[in-house]
Amino acid sequence: MSDHQPSRRAFLSASGALMIGLASPDAWAQAARPSPKSPNNPDLLADSLDAYLAIDKNGKVDVFYGAIDGGQGLETSIAQMVAEELDVPLSAIRMVMGDTRRTLNMGGASGAQGVSRRGTSLMKAAAQARQILVEEAARKWRVQPGELAVKDGVIFLRSNPSKRVAYGKIIGGKPFRENVRWNGQWGNPHDIATDAPLKSYKDYKLIGQSPRRIDLPKKVFGEQDFPGDVRLPGMLHARMVRPPVAGAVPVSVDEASIRHIKGARIVHIKDLLAVVAPKEWDAVRALRAVQVKWSQSDPAFPSHREVHAHIRKAKVTQRTIERENGKLEDGLAKAARVISGEYEYPTHSHASMGPGCAVADVRVDGATIYTSTQKPHYAADGVADLLNMPRDKVHVVWMFGTGSYGRNDQGDATADAAVLSKALGAPVRVQWMREESLGWDPKGTASVNFCKAGIDETGEVIAYELISRGFSRENVSTNEGRASATLAGQLLGAKLEPKNSFNIPFASYTFANNRVGWETIAPLMDRASPLRSTHLRDPYGPPILFGSECFMDEIAVAVAMDPVDFRLRYLTHPRDKDAVRIAAEKAGWTKRTSPRPDVDRTSDVVEGRGIAYRRHFDTFIALVAEVRVNRRSGVVEATRLVCAHDVGLIINPETLRHVIERQLVYGTGRTTVEELTWDRNMVTSLDWSSYPVLHMQHVPARIDVHLIERPEAAPSGAAEMALGLVPAAMGNAVFDATGVRLRKIPFTPDYVKSMLAI
Amino acid sequence: MAQKMTLQVNGRAHTITVDDPDMPLLYALRDDLGLNNPRFGCGLGQCGACTVHVDGAPVRSCSLPVSAVAKAKITTLNGLGDRKKPHPLQTAWIEEQVNQCGYCINGWLMEGAALLARNPKPTEPEVRAAFNDLICRCGTHNAAVRAVLRASKQA
Repeated sequence: MSDHQPSRRAFLSASGALMIGLASPDAWAQAARPSPKSPNNPDLLADSLDAYLAIDKNGKVDVFYGAIDGGQGLETSIAQMVAEELDVPLSAIRMVMGDTRRTLNMGGASGAQGVSRRGTSLMKAAAQARQILVEEAARKWRVQPGELAVKDGVIFLRSNPSKRVAYGKIIGGKPFRENVRWNGQWGNPHDIATDAPLKSYKDYKLIGQSPRRIDLPKKVFGEQDFPGDVRLPGMLHARMVRPPVAGAVPVSVDEASIRHIKGARIVHIKDLLAVVAPKEWDAVRALRAVQVKWSQSDPAFPSHREVHAHIRKAKVTQRTIERENGKLEDGLAKAARVISGEYEYPTHSHASMGPGCAVADVRVDGATIYTSTQKPHYAADGVADLLNMPRDKVHVVWMFGTGSYGRNDQGDATADAAVLSKALGAPVRVQWMREESLGWDPKGTASVNFCKAGIDETGEVIAYELISRGFSRENVSTNEGRASATLAGQLLGAKLEPKNSFNIPFASYTFANNRVGWETIAPLMDRASPLRSTHLRDPYGPPILFGSECFMDEIAVAVAMDPVDFRLRYLTHPRDKDAVRIAAEKAGWTKRTSPRPDVDRTSDVVEGRGIAYRRHFDTFIALVAEVRVNRRSGVVEATRLVCAHDVGLIINPETLRHVIERQLVYGTGRTTVEELTWDRNMVTSLDWSSYPVLHMQHVPARIDVHLIERPEAAPSGAAEMALGLVPAAMGNAVFDATGVRLRKIPFTPDYVKSMLAI
Repeated sequence: MAQKMTLQVNGRAHTITVDDPDMPLLYALRDDLGLNNPRFGCGLGQCGACTVHVDGAPVRSCSLPVSAVAKAKITTLNGLGDRKKPHPLQTAWIEEQVNQCGYCINGWLMEGAALLARNPKPTEPEVRAAFNDLICRCGTHNAAVRAVLRASKQA
């Protein structure tokens, strides 16, 4: 245990004399004064440079990234950012991701902020490390630091480049023992400041280039282990036994029902039930064979077909107006015309490619957990809470795994594995089944958007209202940092901690008399619900933008304006306007009103175009969708998507293009096919037929991504923002093609046919 | 009851003891042989994450009884090619930077390699048709098509 505060003095006493004073503490750091010791490992100090990077004798740099790469290339992009500020080759960087012993809690994956928050923090640490090393070389050579330069991790004298020393020679393997100014926050808001100046974007050599992803060869050659590939001596394979009816709990279990399976055992703790066996297939057989008497339960869920009617009539538990100007009622009263529209968004499963899987090895003195959850530090906290263990005794080893786009089922599987390993005194690998992953993962939940606009005689919009109503997005927390936030914790009786959590995407449309807000309703079931909500990728994007951006087109129709012109008239932020303009230009948008005037009502197949815009953090995006609607079959397909994307500084253009293209494909599936179904008792979407996802035949074959270059602007996020535009852009395009306004996601053939028939 | 059987996997013979002849091949490969390439995605043959080649043809190992492949030649992703001797499609996969998470990769590479074996110069619609039964939740579909077309040009 090291209790010392790191200081430059200590570092330099190891290497010579003292040149640079301690950074002056600022009020920001002084005010909070929380302990800098990581709760997950007290040896890691958030105000120490050593918690962010380390350089070994060979000049290899370990970067301690307290977050993860869910598959979108952050490992490479963050490495580029650090290598840039440190002036080392990309190949010198070794990313250490998500390990709770070696990294601080920087929030895990959240809000696509890997680059914008965590990457920029690490750049500051890198700049400080570079400065210290250069100053140290200058002191040794008795020159001014300004006389030195660095290339590929080697410091040299500008006037005599043969005078040189490598980073590894100066610091190799030793700690810096240098302070950084930490803002006193863990998780997403974590940040640091240092006095070292950052490079100007004009001097970037690595940032803005597109080196290939570090992780891909391992995946392509089948070398990459995921948590499910961890094999520990004496490890047991577990399957969780879930009730057929939500809310039912095991009353009794017939042990004889699995006696014929070698080594199979039942674990029944309070309401948690599992089967385990030394061989994996035997655990599956035991799951199928086990006879359980379940308690009576009647959740009386309104089905997925009735859920929007339920949302409309349910009691509102919280109403929050997020943005308001003028007086909406006055605007509506003065309006010559008032138009309104309602839009329904369904429930979605994360439906991850790999069902939840984790390995836990819980011992008396501590636990080691192997997981691909997107928030490993919170997973450690949650396991500590579940097992009644100090937080620093739980070591979570994060590994690459199935794509994590929100809080999927990995965190719940992690909690299951921990509970079972403790109960059995052996390492346990929990693998959720497909029906369990779709049935019991935390859900992205349904909402209804109510939109209204008042228009005066001149066609000016003088009133605008958007109210989105639905279930809170946090029936369970967006991380598994508390026992109560996990299924295992709830089955073991943890006290529930739901929150009323909702949000409306910001937009710079400026209307006189404007009101934008949300209303939440109570969850359909409180404890261990298969419909419990939490964050699913872009939690407030698709559900709300489907309403707000389709309704923008409804207003444009009402005032007989081209949808692009309409947006440009009311958007006020220049970067918003640029995104809209550029998307339209790249798509070859011709100015006219919707629906298209030449629509052929006798043809089976009609085509149309639509646009949608959004801002998310400092990412500004517009998407044009071109669709083909088959009026006979009801099939709606995106034939082309054109995205203009302004993320500020671009770290890796190729990776950015890929991330945008792939999320637009995913967003097309969320728009056209995905919908979780359930009945009175339980989720009925339990496989890839009953929870349909996009297959190749309906993937938009043409996706054009236009990156808007703004190297002078801070980098924002990109991993989920564009997908939120797909429902509205496609909905607007269907209207353009057919003159029919779709009001419900997904655009299934049956729904589309029913609307076209009206 | 328990019986011994020999599996030919990636050019090597492995003898395993099987309690249940209906055990899917996936569990023999992962649990008995310790091979990590095929992955459990659905257990229903619907997604492709568990795909291996059996005598050159792509099959869903999660749904194929191990007893059915006693005499067959089984190839996993790692057996398709490695860093020293990559399959052209693996090379193209890296050049096109196809994957995100890579959980689905066994299905796409094994289906793609089988397509190229039977049709070395597929058209884009033929590639799309060959991939239509696979699932990828990261949305890498178009990139996978580009990779197959790239590999076919280099063949």
